[in-house]
Amino acid sequence: MTDATAGSAPRTPARSLFAEDARTKRRNRAEARFRAYGLAAVVIGILALIMLLISILSNGLSSFRQTYVTFPVELAEARLDPQGNRNPEEIAAVTTFGYLPVMAMAFIEHVDAMGIEHDLSPQEMAAMISGEAPAQLRAMVLANPDLVGQTVTLEMLVNGRIDGYFKGRVTMASAERDNNVTPGQLVLAQALADAGAMETRFNWNFITAPDASGQRPEAAGLGVAIIGSFYMMLVVLALALPIGVAASIYLEEFAPKNRLTDIIEVNISNLAAVPSIVFGILGLAIFINFAGLPQSAPIVGGLVLTLMTLPTIIIATRASLRAVPPSIREAALGVGASKMQAVFHHVLPLAAPGILTGTIIGLAQALGETAPLLLIGMVAFVREYPAAPLDGLFDPASALPVQVYNWTQRSDPAFVERASGAIIVLLVFLVFMNAVAIMLRRRFERRW
Amino acid sequence: MSLAKLSVSVLAVAAVSATAAVAQSRDNVQVAGSSTVLPYASIVAEAFGENFDFPTPVVESGGSSTGLRRFCEGVGENTIDIANSSRSIRSSEIETCAANGVTDIIEVRFGYDGIVFASDINGPSFEFTQSDWYLALAANLPVDGEMVANPNTTWDQVRADLPAQTIAAYIPGTRHGTREVFDENVILQGCEDSGAMAAMMEMGMDEDAAEEACMEIRADGVSTDIDGDYTETLARITANPEGIGVFGLAFYENNTDRLQVATMAGVEPTVANIASGEYPVSRPLFFYIKAAHIGVIPGLKEYASFFVSDDIAGPFGPLAAYGLVADPELAETQAVIENEVLMGDM
Repeated sequence: MTDATAGSAPRTPARSLFAEDARTKRRNRAEARFRAYGLAAVVIGILALIMLLISILSNGLSSFRQTYVTFPVELAEARLDPQGNRNPEEIAAVTTFGYLPVMAMAFIEHVDAMGIEHDLSPQEMAAMISGEAPAQLRAMVLANPDLVGQTVTLEMLVNGRIDGYFKGRVTMASAERDNNVTPGQLVLAQALADAGAMETRFNWNFITAPDASGQRPEAAGLGVAIIGSFYMMLVVLALALPIGVAASIYLEEFAPKNRLTDIIEVNISNLAAVPSIVFGILGLAIFINFAGLPQSAPIVGGLVLTLMTLPTIIIATRASLRAVPPSIREAALGVGASKMQAVFHHVLPLAAPGILTGTIIGLAQALGETAPLLLIGMVAFVREYPAAPLDGLFDPASALPVQVYNWTQRSDPAFVERASGAIIVLLVFLVFMNAVAIMLRRRFERRW
Repeated sequence: MSLAKLSVSVLAVAAVSATAAVAQSRDNVQVAGSSTVLPYASIVAEAFGENFDFPTPVVESGGSSTGLRRFCEGVGENTIDIANSSRSIRSSEIETCAANGVTDIIEVRFGYDGIVFASDINGPSFEFTQSDWYLALAANLPVDGEMVANPNTTWDQVRADLPAQTIAAYIPGTRHGTREVFDENVILQGCEDSGAMAAMMEMGMDEDAAEEACMEIRADGVSTDIDGDYTETLARITANPEGIGVFGLAFYENNTDRLQVATMAGVEPTVANIASGEYPVSRPLFFYIKAAHIGVIPGLKEYASFFVSDDIAGPFGPLAAYGLVADPELAETQAVIENEVLMGDM
């Protein structure tokens, strides 16, 4: 070896290693270009995300705040209980249309008593308060008929346009052209706010209240949608996890490797790529038309989403079962464990973090799904809270993504803000679920 | 092993509860159909839930045709009770209904909806006639005894009085009941008014063929079908201020700070003009009740009567405030529900 090298003439490099030749330069340039492309791709992705977040947050954050007006209302006996005997049935006979003038008169009197100058008609004054307020008043009186004849001080929602003025959505200029609000109403609202009778504050009702009709955007909330989504996730978790894990354990550990299992495997992967609306059609045909389950119910939504989530869970579970080294199975079998004991005592616990992560990601995917729910009647106007499970699973309910879809279709511009607010709530849930998935993986994952 | 036990018990619970559900009876009214009627129906449903001991009805949208198709699926608790529709039920749909056992239907007309033509508030204002719309949107126009592709690209080419603005129309897609009204009351009428229909018949077409040719909308990008809702039309006009969109009167009334409305044949679309029939493009709104469900589904008849009561659907009720043109013959409608008058019995 030494001879051979010594024998040949020492090869001096034609140039310094520090001076790049043309070929190296070209290769370095290619690498630099590739890095730039990669960086550009990441930057585009981040910019898109930032733009999305900015548009959603700037539109939607205001939906978490709402304007309220506080004034005393005299619950006149003559109007609310004409017979004067506090019979709950007779009080219930007075509809919200009967409460509207009571409330409007109280508001007008209160404004006069505060000494605020205005030239609004009584109709314009009444229109400043939300349509929800008479219903709120009526519910209160029905719950406690003794209130009739007394004066109560109430905090009530104001009309969506007035609320929009305090949030900057409605301006004096737009009010000039708007048929639903006059500049005079805005001036009075500002005067009331200055006097402390009207304030904009954090609005829990946006999270807890049910949906409201197109006439009262200020009262619309996400309560029913959040419960509906939660129920559906319960159903998905209760069905997709055991079925998915059982299927993958069988396929991975017990099933013979033959043509049939190959076909099954390919079809599971295919199923994962089927558009979600297909599962909705299936759900309508099987669960509603054939099995006779009720429409608009979280149970049907949950079953449909289970079908959609199953392939995701099976694929994730099989991957994590496969990642457990064979030596662990062999060791268990070697000390006399049965195959089932080896799987359940040793393999499954080690694969559990991967399975849970896959399940949570599958759930998060199901949480944001709207298309399959369109066909099973969940894209609906639902105001009643569903009962507690299990009965509640069969009551009509809405879902978070559905609520976003519904609100974007409403004609009142105030619903744009609420739709973005609902997106924020949905995103918070998704981020939370994905964070839990990452945390589980970090904490329990084992590497071999 | 505990995981296996857990999964078995969960499956058992799910199976038991699924059987329990079939036995459970529905106590809320289920409504589906027209997206034009949806806002009205949800206002009524909300007020109904507040004022009665019945639960608030569930209202779905999806379009008149979808609603009527689901209405006609059969009788029973897992079918809807009421179909909202922005057009009257077709005879083919009545046949489908009958084939599936839905023989007793109550038709309820609760008011009128104006269809308005609106553009960006900062643009020029328009005064349309039906023939303007026909000449702007028809696929082919008869010229000297021959059908030629529509050459018009700006409104002043259609009629010299109109502003020189590029034609960009956003019209409802064929899924919507509104499209049918637009086709018949605007395009077909315009075809007749402009003399195009007569010209086509002179060319040897029979009446049906001529009508069909009249209602063929150009597909060269000048006119865009909107399959979504009016919010989508509004978004298109915001993006393209030269666009002119077809809206419901109620939607326009809620967005007067961004849209200006055009007159049609010299008539402004106001509630009064629509109620009197002077404004040419309006249509009645309906809902259809499955009579077999009355007495089975609690609150169904009460909801229907409440819907057409003077408090709600009258000229000073919340529906009128939202943009509905109240039906001058509301009393008759109330009687129809009171006496449960079926279609075909009138």
